[in-house]
Amino acid sequence: MNLLLAGTKQAFWLLLSGDPEVWRITLLSLRISTSATLVSLLIGIPLGTFLALTPFLGRQLVISLVNTGMSLPPVVVGLFVTIFLWRSGPLGVLHLLYTPTAMVLAQVIIAAPIVTGLTLAAIQQLNPKLRLQILALGASRVQLVWLLLREARLPLLAAVMAGFGGVISEIGASLMVGGNLLGYTRVLTTATVMETGKGNFDLAIALSVILLLLIFGVNAVLTYTQQRQRPL
Amino acid sequence: MTPREDSLLAVQGLQVEANGQILLSVPSLEITRGEVVVLIGPNGAGKSTLLQTLACLREPTAGTLRFAGQTIHLHNPPLALRRRLAVVFQEPLLFDSTVAENVASGLKLRGVAKTVIHERVTVWLERLGIAHLAGRQARTLSGGEAQRASLARAFVLEPDLLLLDEPFSALDPVTREALTETFHRLQRQTRVTTLFVTHDRLEALRLGDRVAVMDHGEILQLSTTEEVFSQPVNEAVASFVGVETILRGRVETQVAGFAEVRVGSGERLATASSLPVGTAVTLCIRPEEVTLLAPTEEPLSSSARNHFPAQIVRIIPWGVALKVHLDCGFPLVAFVTRPSVEILNLREGGAVIATFKATAVHVIAES
Repeated sequence: MNLLLAGTKQAFWLLLSGDPEVWRITLLSLRISTSATLVSLLIGIPLGTFLALTPFLGRQLVISLVNTGMSLPPVVVGLFVTIFLWRSGPLGVLHLLYTPTAMVLAQVIIAAPIVTGLTLAAIQQLNPKLRLQILALGASRVQLVWLLLREARLPLLAAVMAGFGGVISEIGASLMVGGNLLGYTRVLTTATVMETGKGNFDLAIALSVILLLLIFGVNAVLTYTQQRQRPL
Repeated sequence: MTPREDSLLAVQGLQVEANGQILLSVPSLEITRGEVVVLIGPNGAGKSTLLQTLACLREPTAGTLRFAGQTIHLHNPPLALRRRLAVVFQEPLLFDSTVAENVASGLKLRGVAKTVIHERVTVWLERLGIAHLAGRQARTLSGGEAQRASLARAFVLEPDLLLLDEPFSALDPVTREALTETFHRLQRQTRVTTLFVTHDRLEALRLGDRVAVMDHGEILQLSTTEEVFSQPVNEAVASFVGVETILRGRVETQVAGFAEVRVGSGERLATASSLPVGTAVTLCIRPEEVTLLAPTEEPLSSSARNHFPAQIVRIIPWGVALKVHLDCGFPLVAFVTRPSVEILNLREGGAVIATFKATAVHVIAES
């Protein structure tokens, strides 16, 4: 119990005192996961919308694959990205392994199926007749998609939160493709594992508390946006 | 067929198929500017399919469409055409935003200037009696308010053709009455050409200039409201427009436009028809055309040529009236008011005289 209290105290002290290392780790975590989430949105929202609105042969199979992708183990993603980026691997010439870019790449692979699957569900939960009504109002194809996404904005924000939540908290992929290099690829989760391994429980707890605060902060902003205009 | 001068919309050879089944087959249909055409028919008759096809929301298997003199390719109807139409569905299908934003949505999609949108939205919120709800979130509206918003959203577009698919059938009777009245008034004011789908024949009677009765994907009869209700072309239309008594017989005598028809059970009915002797016919008698007299009463009116002693089989409460099933040798149905039940002392099993005019019998020659 004392350990927890001490760790929490230390967390606030590290943040407030402006400890450069802790701030760098925190901001890197935020930067990598935010970038990965944004890229996932760019992939997942169009793909999920397409899957929700377009009938084609093999659609069920693709949807099943997306749903499977929603629970991809980060460790497995980390392994495959490592193999691909390995010096002798297919993408080895890019020299991306152990860089923040590699971490973003791995996190996109984790978050994109989550965003896709939840976008698909968000569009599908709308009244199917709404599409007819929107077309009947004189919408072009692009306007139709835009209005449907706007109608599904609350569940879509949930998709953003789930995507971000999936990557900010993962460790397997970040550790494998990033390498936990101090000042370069060390993020909150990898740092916590390392400090715990070294027996620095109070520092590890401090890093966990910072991670939780970060997740809370981002979700608070998103939740506020989501619930702003919704009375009970 | 060459479309008339005032024709707004004319379709030819319209056919909709799905999974090898023909859902809709309309050889021709023309809608004139300013008129209200009501599509009635039982559930599954193809009314909504026809409406959606005409609204360019559903691609037909075959058919051509002329809209305001222009031929339209139904396989790829231009956006400009859809923007001359407006559709109101049974569900209000409002967006998750304010009432005013909902009413403005169609105009926004057309890129109309903001000041113009504001002006027109204000006018139509006012006309639909929902100006006070302008800032309310649409999802907090009652069913009637929501449907008013949906109507405003359609009217504000000032469409060339307004299509409504059972817009009031999900509402309670009081709200429904108020909305029907509002719609009727606004339609008369704007003279917007209207296609109105309903399964309620009273709504059809009230709103329609012309009525099309549909069943099994086909239009069985399309003519003036009056004609469809008084002169149905066949049994299916007759039973749908509320003719309760349908009899089969053959013309026995023919004197100067009055035919005597002998029905299956042997009775002879006087009808106003000039069909030749021997013609097989179907007779339709609306229940409101039948008058009941006490068995002792002498028939008063000489124009009521048909008098039949009858036994009362059943008396069923029917809204404000009562529906009396009679056995005159042939089955006959009459409407009576509640006071007349008491005056005539009508009861099941009792005797009565049923009378109706020769002109009240609609005669259809069997083909």
